[in-house]
Amino acid sequence: MTITKKLLTSAVASALLVGAAQAEISDDTIKIGYLADMSGTYRDLAGPNGEAALRMAIEDFGGKVNGAKIEVLTADDRNNPDQSSSTVRRWLEDDKVDLVAGLVASSVTIAVTKLLDGSDTLGIVSGSAASSITNEHCTPNHIHYVYDTYPLANGTAKAVVQEGGKSWYILTADYAFGHALEGDVTRVVEENGGEVIDTARHPFPTSDFSSYILQAQSSGADVVALANAGADTTNAITTAGEFGLTQSGQTLAALLLFLTDVHALGAETAQGIQLTTGWYWDLNDETREWSDRFMEETGVRPTMVHAGIYSSAMQYLNAVKETGSDKASDVRKQMMATPINDMFAKNGTIREDGRMVHDMYLAEVKTPEESESEWDLYEILRTIPGDEAYRPLSESKCSLVSSN
Amino acid sequence: MTEILGVPIAVLSGQLLLGIINGSFYALLSLGLAVIFGLLKIINFAHGAMYMLGAMVTVIMFDVMGINYWVALFLAPVVVGCFGMLIEYFLLRRIAGQDHIYSLLLTFGVALMIQGILTNIYGVSGMRYSMPEIFKGGFRLDFMYLPYYRAWIICVALVVCFGTWFMIEKTKLGAYLRAGTEDSQLMQGFGINVPLLVSLTYGFGVMLAAFAGVLAAPVYSVNPVMGSNILIVVFAVVVIGGMGSIAGAIITGLLMGVIEGFTKVFYPEFSSAVIFLVMVIVLLIRPSGLFGKEA
Repeated sequence: MTITKKLLTSAVASALLVGAAQAEISDDTIKIGYLADMSGTYRDLAGPNGEAALRMAIEDFGGKVNGAKIEVLTADDRNNPDQSSSTVRRWLEDDKVDLVAGLVASSVTIAVTKLLDGSDTLGIVSGSAASSITNEHCTPNHIHYVYDTYPLANGTAKAVVQEGGKSWYILTADYAFGHALEGDVTRVVEENGGEVIDTARHPFPTSDFSSYILQAQSSGADVVALANAGADTTNAITTAGEFGLTQSGQTLAALLLFLTDVHALGAETAQGIQLTTGWYWDLNDETREWSDRFMEETGVRPTMVHAGIYSSAMQYLNAVKETGSDKASDVRKQMMATPINDMFAKNGTIREDGRMVHDMYLAEVKTPEESESEWDLYEILRTIPGDEAYRPLSESKCSLVSSN
Repeated sequence: MTEILGVPIAVLSGQLLLGIINGSFYALLSLGLAVIFGLLKIINFAHGAMYMLGAMVTVIMFDVMGINYWVALFLAPVVVGCFGMLIEYFLLRRIAGQDHIYSLLLTFGVALMIQGILTNIYGVSGMRYSMPEIFKGGFRLDFMYLPYYRAWIICVALVVCFGTWFMIEKTKLGAYLRAGTEDSQLMQGFGINVPLLVSLTYGFGVMLAAFAGVLAAPVYSVNPVMGSNILIVVFAVVVIGGMGSIAGAIITGLLMGVIEGFTKVFYPEFSSAVIFLVMVIVLLIRPSGLFGKEA
């Protein structure tokens, strides 16, 4: 079934290639707008180092594709959908940007992809988590590349329920991403025979979590799950430790943790926490080699988002090269027809809803004794095959999915 | 078990206590703001940055020189306070006597610069700072587990708040301060070095913020943007208490911590907005704030 589908897609794509041969790169420049949180809570997981990853990809392309030069514009999204929308509107109208890369806070991404819908500009989402981005908010103008809340729930929540954590208390960041993650976790918990007994939605960002941790403690739930990200998560984990949450028999599950968060917490505080990640720098020789290059540029190890930004930019530029076009629809079709095999993913495929499906990893944070260096933080417990990790198209609410 | 609106009393008592703990942070921070505004008429938008600096300096001093928490509790506020006095001497002094908006803009700019420079160096993920050994563990109360460190926060914050109030309102030094800002020429005529007094006052207000930062270091994520999140709330507290009222800032700080704490139980989504709702109501009914003198 999938094979026929893949054959069909490649056939359609090759047919389009013929048409695309006449296509051209507008104003002889590929302009990439990099939009990310450059100064706030989500800076370290993408931010300026994500721009460095993007520039590494451009450098590997020699700064040009089919003779057209590649330019980068950068803007700080300030985690603000309105401000980001006006930036992107300017990029579309005045700068004629061909690709919007980065895209971190889910609320920003949803606002921006709405603007891209119907334009000739493609968006590649690397930082956001909300699975709704390729579900009810899918558009023909964007691709969601690195991870989303569906596999986060499928990986971590499933593992925790199977280990016996049946009743759940979810602490949710009160915006699009948190809501999506809460929804996905609730589904996984219930499917596996567990129950969500209560949730609390905290404002984004929150610095003091003691009140929520106390409520979670008195709820009597087996598992206290954190459906938030960045400093919110690290603050909540620190406070949970201070209030002895795990000593009193409750399990703490962080549903979205980036390498930079774990690094900030340190192996001492974070040891034993299970998490799901789309990539890890120390997976194999290929990832290590790329990470060494990245570290030379930036001084830190890359997160999955940094690696995804590099990989997706390479995929995009290759697609532009193949089609000779910078039109969103041509490039996206070409990208869908090309399996992704690089340092980021093996046999990754981009589906019609824009979801890039690839293997995910269930990891556990090492103890200080096991950790051999500052960035040696994860032990990979299990590889979750892409098809099992992501939302199947049969459950999709995306209007682009042919069965809908 | 007795319940109020479906929430057990035990849970509420815990939240009340946590509210007071958070309130002590608000009290310390708004106290510094109130001192600076009340005595110098400077709207110090760099206050959040000074709080952040207090925490960052604590962590950096530990990482680089191994200076422990107890020394940092004293040393970090002094370091940051001196830095504040430099800002006063080189920048704020030049706009003395101008409209409030100038000091607001100037300090806001300084805050953004400090924050931006530190973000570039340290990132925003936060720096590690372990709890001092002595504070590990906590009291097992009937209604909650109270970590020792949180209990320490309440005690030390209240002592510092009361001490500050006493010094400014009840001592000779406080009288000089108040007189010096009321009529600086007359005071200078009496042989008192008013410019020095002004520098010291600003430095002292900044020290209070940095002191709150040191207290925060073991329990909150220490990063260059930690101050910007709390600054607006603290300003709201000062406005509710009455701009410049020292006692007002302390009492309102504690009160707002408690109100925010309860909101986190009954309607958590609203918890970051509730203080501003209170501010709106207070401004409508008593424009000069709860403890402010009628203009």
